[in-house]
Amino acid sequence: MILEVRGLSVQFPSRRGILTAVDDVSFSIAPGEVLGVVGESGAGKSMTGLAVIRLLEPPGRISAGEVRLEGRRIDNLRHEEMRRIRGRKIGVIFQDPLTSLNPLYTIGEQIEETILTHLPLSKSQAREHALSLLREVGIPAPEARYSNYPHHFSGGMRQRVVIALALAAEPRLLIADEPTTALDVSIQAQIIALLKRLAAERGAAVMLITHDMGVIAETAQRVAVMYAGRIVELGPVRDVIHSPRHPYTVGLMGSIPKLGVKQDRLLQIEGAMPRLTAIPQGCAFNPRCPRRFDRCLTDRPELLAAGASRAACWLHASP
Amino acid sequence: MHLLSVDSVSRDFDVSSPWLNRVLEREPRRILRAVDHVSFEISKGETLALVGESGCGKSTVARLIAGLYAPTEGHIAFSGRRLQMIFQDPYASLNPRWRVRKIIAEPMLFLEEQKPVEQFLLQVGLSADDAERYPHEFSGGQRQRISIARALAGEPDLLICDEPTSALDVSVQAQILNLMADLQDRLGLTYLFISHNLAVVSLIADRVGVMYLGRIVELAPASRLFSSPRHPYTRMLLDAVPDLAMSGKSRTPVAGEVPNPLAPPSGCSFHPRCRYATARCQVEVPRFSDGVACHAVEEGRLPT
Repeated sequence: MILEVRGLSVQFPSRRGILTAVDDVSFSIAPGEVLGVVGESGAGKSMTGLAVIRLLEPPGRISAGEVRLEGRRIDNLRHEEMRRIRGRKIGVIFQDPLTSLNPLYTIGEQIEETILTHLPLSKSQAREHALSLLREVGIPAPEARYSNYPHHFSGGMRQRVVIALALAAEPRLLIADEPTTALDVSIQAQIIALLKRLAAERGAAVMLITHDMGVIAETAQRVAVMYAGRIVELGPVRDVIHSPRHPYTVGLMGSIPKLGVKQDRLLQIEGAMPRLTAIPQGCAFNPRCPRRFDRCLTDRPELLAAGASRAACWLHASP
Repeated sequence: MHLLSVDSVSRDFDVSSPWLNRVLEREPRRILRAVDHVSFEISKGETLALVGESGCGKSTVARLIAGLYAPTEGHIAFSGRRLQMIFQDPYASLNPRWRVRKIIAEPMLFLEEQKPVEQFLLQVGLSADDAERYPHEFSGGQRQRISIARALAGEPDLLICDEPTSALDVSVQAQILNLMADLQDRLGLTYLFISHNLAVVSLIADRVGVMYLGRIVELAPASRLFSSPRHPYTRMLLDAVPDLAMSGKSRTPVAGEVPNPLAPPSGCSFHPRCRYATARCQVEVPRFSDGVACHAVEEGRLPT
């Protein structure tokens, strides 16, 4: 396993007491595997990604659990050490490519700088490496674009540059947080294909965070569904999409409009995800759940075996 | 008689540099044609959707119809009395200093009969008490319900919905789409629905117009457009939608990006990205006839 996360929790002190944004989350990612993390806004999916790379905004902090990268614990490293690992072993792609690029430097300079910081290469070797990365992510005529600034590129091309930057030091783990959300559908499909190919060819582990189940279906092998800070279902993508086991996943899948399926109405989950200040007792989904029973109101379910997947739902408790 | 007919409407925007820069740097004026000879009709009780990628002019069409912009060329004829608009961002489109009661009552100022605000709140699935609250007390989905209640209060003959669910989570989107369908059934509403999401459009629209760089390239009943798309751009868009059924069907990779609208390609503006483009496509703008604007379709060159 490249990434192993065990019992990870993230808390924020606030005026209304301590809020738990990520609550006892565990998962792992193998080499060459893409794990999708899906959920609606506020489910804690981005927060989980930020906790893994230790970029939580204070006062948010990891309050429990451990994170291992290639077997080595990284959640308790000093900031200096973590900074080296972040560039060298972990590549990060955010939704808005402009937040990851410095507008005052050419894209060539930025990629070259990252390479020189992390790899033992000479300046001319670094330039060669940068050019081959740009070629790999599909920037046409990279020699000509090398000394262009980020504003010279379109949104889709910028996201390719960010991916090249994230790959510069040949990381083992790639964290992509909504990498295609700001892009048009035709460009989105190109970026998805690119991520998929890179994971397979380089044997890196990819954590793909998105709200879009379609992107996950196209890219990931396994998916973790998050709700109110917890993973409620974790399993192979095909199983989670075709036979979801948690009532929340069932509702989520049913509420997505599908092309080529004749339907008059979408399945609807009533209500909204609870705020962090008011997470219900027992299962956090129970007020919205069509299948709740007594136990759901009092006991919080752990992930239980359910078909090929695991679901945090008492429906799957062995009698 | 159509409720709305849009006849060969175009809209230009002047995006030139300031006068002094133009003089000093000898720059010409620069005109962006956001909408280019667009024509369509909407009948009472139907939903027409306009789809396309960002910058294709679909929102400009909505604003032209709402009268927020004046057309540069062409005519828009509206035989109803009132229209209302629902915007994408439920945070920006409600006055934060007004109570919900005042927000919803505002469009009724122009009507003879003032109905109780509570009636509209109940219609969109909110409670009567919500009238005394402020917008910040509501979630994004609830705010979009308030926007819909406000639009209904104006008793519109036509509702223009500009990406009404794009800022919402999928489960909330499902609630709003179901609500819009229910309201249409009950009140016989007519929608012009602007969206970039083909799956949403396939659910809600009776007819669909596909836009590319300011032009409508295909216009067809939704069932036909999604089962047998004709224009190569429509086919490409449908192909790019992620396959949730995971049927493993092979997809043609989409090439290129939308060109700069300030310098649109000659002839058919889609030709640089089109697999079926010929010399004719590079020089001659295809005429819109029989629901599609494409030389290859006209010449019968496209595989079916």
